[in-house]
Amino acid sequence: MKTQSTARPCKQVALLRFATAGSVDDGKSTLVGRLLYDTKSVLADQIEAVQRASVDRGLATPDLSLLVDGLRAEREQGITIDVAYRYFSTPTREFVLADTPGHVQYTRNTVTGASTAELAVLLVDARHGVVEQTRRHAAVLALLRVPRLVLCINKIDLVGYDEAVLTAIGKDFAELARSLGFESVVTIPVSALVGDNVVERSAHTPWYDGPTLLGHLESVPVTPPEADAPFRMPVQYVIREHASDYRGYAGQVASGTVRPGDEVVVLPGGTRTTVTGVDTADGPLEQAGAGRSVTIRLADDIDIARGDVLAAAGTPPRVTNELDATLCWLSDKALRPGARLLLKHGARTTQVIVGVLGDRLDTDTVSWADAPEQLAINDIARVSLRTADPLPVDDYADIRATGSFLLIDPPTGNTLAAGLVGTPLTLAG
Amino acid sequence: MTTPVLDALDALESEAIHIFREVAGEFDRPVILFSGGKDSTLLVHLAVKAFAPAPVPFPLLHVDTGHNYAEVIEFRDRIVAEKGLRLEVAHVQDWIDDGRLTERPDGTRNPLQTVPLLDTIVEKRHDAVFGGGRRDEERARAKERIMSLRDGFGRWDPRSQRPELWNLYNGRHAPGEHVRVFPISNWTELDVWRYIQRERIELPSIYYSHRREVFRRDGMWLAEGPWGGPRGTEVLEERTVRYRTVGDGSCTGAVESTATTLDEIIAEVTASRLTERGATRADDRLSEAAMEDRKREGYF
Repeated sequence: MKTQSTARPCKQVALLRFATAGSVDDGKSTLVGRLLYDTKSVLADQIEAVQRASVDRGLATPDLSLLVDGLRAEREQGITIDVAYRYFSTPTREFVLADTPGHVQYTRNTVTGASTAELAVLLVDARHGVVEQTRRHAAVLALLRVPRLVLCINKIDLVGYDEAVLTAIGKDFAELARSLGFESVVTIPVSALVGDNVVERSAHTPWYDGPTLLGHLESVPVTPPEADAPFRMPVQYVIREHASDYRGYAGQVASGTVRPGDEVVVLPGGTRTTVTGVDTADGPLEQAGAGRSVTIRLADDIDIARGDVLAAAGTPPRVTNELDATLCWLSDKALRPGARLLLKHGARTTQVIVGVLGDRLDTDTVSWADAPEQLAINDIARVSLRTADPLPVDDYADIRATGSFLLIDPPTGNTLAAGLVGTPLTLAG
Repeated sequence: MTTPVLDALDALESEAIHIFREVAGEFDRPVILFSGGKDSTLLVHLAVKAFAPAPVPFPLLHVDTGHNYAEVIEFRDRIVAEKGLRLEVAHVQDWIDDGRLTERPDGTRNPLQTVPLLDTIVEKRHDAVFGGGRRDEERARAKERIMSLRDGFGRWDPRSQRPELWNLYNGRHAPGEHVRVFPISNWTELDVWRYIQRERIELPSIYYSHRREVFRRDGMWLAEGPWGGPRGTEVLEERTVRYRTVGDGSCTGAVESTATTLDEIIAEVTASRLTERGATRADDRLSEAAMEDRKREGYF
């Protein structure tokens, strides 16, 4: 019973969430500014504000990074501190861009931006090629399993639009990407400053026959890898309506598809039952896929509460108190073995004790190094964990939503770490 | 066996519903800020959808500056009644009458909302407060989390925000602290209008073009009212206008517009050369960091 406007049917427009990463001087803010500017997503009053602020700072030309750097401290220090979200759209697609700053707390910011991204744009400077920071960012993007990767070789105007430079850097990076497990990388030569191949095709690169950056963003498939995975849905809330004797389990489909008639298992309890309805406020659905918020009715009257997970009965997640996981440590407070923390997985928060620390990822060399005695901010390492409640988990490499968790500091409530079940990063060679 | 990719509006709706349900599951006394404006009306619509067929498990709160448009207050009360919701109103006037607040020389009451808001949060022990803020509105808001911790003074500290990962929201807070929640963070102004059209959401009439007596101040069309004006050389004249945002009458301007339908509004928003806040909100013009400074003090 969906209400549709009679005036004009709504056009179907897909949403692509993507992240940008790059080191400090690769021109990332300029690239983001260029995307916003050339898609006409920056409006006159914003441009005027940037022009005013640039004049106040004694700059000759408007500094497009001021469009992005919104906080007082960022403008005062001339740096980007925090992940910023930017929005633009074209007639065929809407974009949510997580702009992740490269230097301070780079792991924290890149992990945050990558965690919701279906695609990442990694920048390198054509004059410098693949550098240490590129390896670092690529390793984090690979660890977080961002499904698609684009390499933008920026500042090609500064190397005379030389095809050989692009080929050499592209080859270098392809090798790195392969060793990190990326199946394919799209490489685009751009100049964010001049606008070459960002939105408009450049006349300076006749040897390049690939898409512009925006052209690629508009045409890349947006289907998440979880669409074809087995069904999972953490139960967030139980909806009861007494007058109609309604009882449904509300949640957002984490992976796969659910239909009436499907056999599901309720975890960690293990009871099996059958889906009798997939409801929304607009009426029941024939099926619901990953990302959709629904309310599921079941055939049997079972005790189900917030935190339980509904899963495909034939291919359920494993239920365990012992987790081998990879942590991205995001806090100034160090982690030592034996720490007692909280763990949030899906809609459940439980106590956790940290066991032994395993190998640490050396992001400079992109290789596993010996286990550290403690974890400091920006460290990525393997760890074993024991939880108070059993958790239904999948490897992060298989299903991101049921393979991810937070570690939380009990006294302050702060988020300490991004956790990934298993070791999602396999290094070749 | 792949299902079709979600349309952008469906994806944004599902994200917002997920956020409402997380808060319902993890907090004891949430409240939705509801002014009758388009963003908070959208919030209420999404809250109803998140819990249907059961009722919305939270009350609504309006911090009423007393400088509101009559059409909006009438709309607010009608929506509350129609949807069977509960509304609390904190009147800024009460705070001025008993001396806890002082009227500003410029007559604007928008910044005066912060104290009644914080007092009400403390008095009613609200631990989660939903707002209709969007990240595309303003640069400081672009850095705001979907779930954003406020200390015992209601302050926002942009330097110590928790990282927000996947769709795992961390709403842990100490007694006396609370969390601001922004379910439509990722919506743009155009998304809001397209969704209002798709869902046929009713809005106060002042969002649509109408004739109104207005006067020019700081490049905006302001209406006559108890907030002062016209003053000095300002002259009242009748114009064809509509509102893009609805806030305190002293600082919310109308734009000249002939858009009487949602189609026309969407066409106008698409073609607009100014952001909605830049065009019609004097409170954001005070300084380069006006919004950040107000947010640090506990404003939305």
